Amino acid sequence: MITTQGLSYTYRGQNKIAFRDISIQRSEHWLLLGESGSGKTTLLHLLGGLLKSQAGSIEVNGTEITKLSESGLDRFRGQHYGFVFQKSHLISALTVRNNLLMAPFLAGLPQDVHRVMEVLDQLGLREKEHAQIQELSQGQAQRVAIARAVLNKPTLILADEPTSALDDRNCDRVCDLLLEASAHNGATLLVATHDQRLKSKFKNQLQL
Amino acid sequence: MNLISLVWNYLRAKPLNTGLNIFLLALGIAVITVLLLFNNQLQEKISSNAKGIDLVVGAKGSPLQLILCNIFHIDFPTGNIKLAEAERIVRHKMVKKAIPMALGDSYSGYRIVGTTTEYGALYKAELASGEFWKNDLEVTLGALVAEHTGLTIGSTFASAHGLTTDGHAHDENLYHVTGILKKSNNVLDNLILTKVESIWRVHDLIHGPTVTPVHPSSVVESVEMGDSIREITSLLIQYRNPLAVIQLPRFVNSNSSLQAASPAFETARLFSILGVGVDVLRGFAVVLILISGLSIFIALYNSLRERQYDLAIMRSMGASRRTLFISTLLEGCVLSTLGASTGLAIGHGVLWIFTLIVQESQKAGVTAAVFYSTEGFILLGSIGLGVLCSLLPAIQAYRTDIHKVLAGS
Repeated sequence: MITTQGLSYTYRGQNKIAFRDISIQRSEHWLLLGESGSGKTTLLHLLGGLLKSQAGSIEVNGTEITKLSESGLDRFRGQHYGFVFQKSHLISALTVRNNLLMAPFLAGLPQDVHRVMEVLDQLGLREKEHAQIQELSQGQAQRVAIARAVLNKPTLILADEPTSALDDRNCDRVCDLLLEASAHNGATLLVATHDQRLKSKFKNQLQL
Repeated sequence: MNLISLVWNYLRAKPLNTGLNIFLLALGIAVITVLLLFNNQLQEKISSNAKGIDLVVGAKGSPLQLILCNIFHIDFPTGNIKLAEAERIVRHKMVKKAIPMALGDSYSGYRIVGTTTEYGALYKAELASGEFWKNDLEVTLGALVAEHTGLTIGSTFASAHGLTTDGHAHDENLYHVTGILKKSNNVLDNLILTKVESIWRVHDLIHGPTVTPVHPSSVVESVEMGDSIREITSLLIQYRNPLAVIQLPRFVNSNSSLQAASPAFETARLFSILGVGVDVLRGFAVVLILISGLSIFIALYNSLRERQYDLAIMRSMGASRRTLFISTLLEGCVLSTLGASTGLAIGHGVLWIFTLIVQESQKAGVTAAVFYSTEGFILLGSIGLGVLCSLLPAIQAYRTDIHKVLAGS
């Protein structure tokens, strides 16, 4: 599903960060652990095609993404990935439902309202369908972000510190939902975090 | 979801900002629109009213007044000219047609014009009902006169001296309505037409029955040539050939106590005087539009800062750089299109209210219910302005560095 070889990245005026080779199988759930500044986000962004790699190869779903053109990569991201970040980064001008519909629209996939309702149901957000983003609590917003990430049934969900802004109760809930939603949609999940609370929930862990 | 609804939601999320931008542009466009509608209609009216009249000959005074009075009927006569003098002009070989005008009286603000049937023919007047004036004191009403005074065929009325309703009433001789003209959208709509002789009769210059003259005057056939008592206000003259443009005005101005004024020249002069005001207003509108452009630019530029996460997230969901570029351009265009169409609507609305309040504008035939192709260009130009103002923000959106934004550095 994901294999990397000889991946490294150098920020201007800083030391090279070399990553060890990774091999993750389909539908596996992995935790990517490391302190701040250890390169978790960089690795996640490289794997997600959000950052152009400088050296090494990344193969996702049988596609060598380092060789894709920029627009090819955009399309690939839209169709294979779901992202969850530390903050929900929902578009505040849109309702919950329209936020979710942005995912298939931008990925160039058909917009299926039933699918939106299905995902909202899974995440216990059905009654929030027409809510404005400002009306949501932080935990709810993060759940909507998860809903948005899984909506297109991506093969790979990448989460960057999805729980570190949440209290214990919400952290638990969001983490469980992330695992549940990934399992439900058959997606591979990779969570980068320094949040020790998640350690007990993942079998596969990768320390940077 | 699509880009239009995304953009629309963004605009709706900031109603004050959006409203201000639309309002600013609309204000500028509205001023331009009112000027355009007013100016165009005025010029159309002026050229249609002055059509077929090459020269106006009347008593000495202001040439502009002569034109305003005898062609547009919005000013007072410069004085009268003797019939014998008018005959001298009519005899000139460069004169193809000369129509006498006897002005000075009115009925409830509408001018009574003593003339010949040729005056009606000049504007291709058609009857809506009844018939054209034939005998003394018979009148044919312009469409708006009939509409506003309520006079119908068979009605009689006494004329008043001057153009106001409270002038001295000539109630010894009553006019008699024999016909009503169709609406022609020119000056005829506001006139009451009759024979020159009717005017003379009202002013006691004719008594008793009409007698057939031995040598009929070339101006008014019912009187003897060389009449020294009777007067008219002016002659509307059509040239026989282009050479007359040079010869005839000079002949009139140098060889008699009369003056000649060219409608084309005088209206051009009038417009150049009015033009200063119009230019100032137009300049003001352009400044407004430029400010609104700047305001749209600033609004987009600022909102782009706030939206850098939105943009990065959209890229992560598969949006290409081009999509972000287009959506930002679209936002500018939607703003400017809304502003421009609101402005066009306001422009027409203001003119409509103006025509309701100011009766004179209706007399002048100004209406809000006309559309010029220039308005299409205004709309296109505004869309162009929208593109221009959103270009820089759009380029910025295009350049969004997803990694930097999402990594929070």
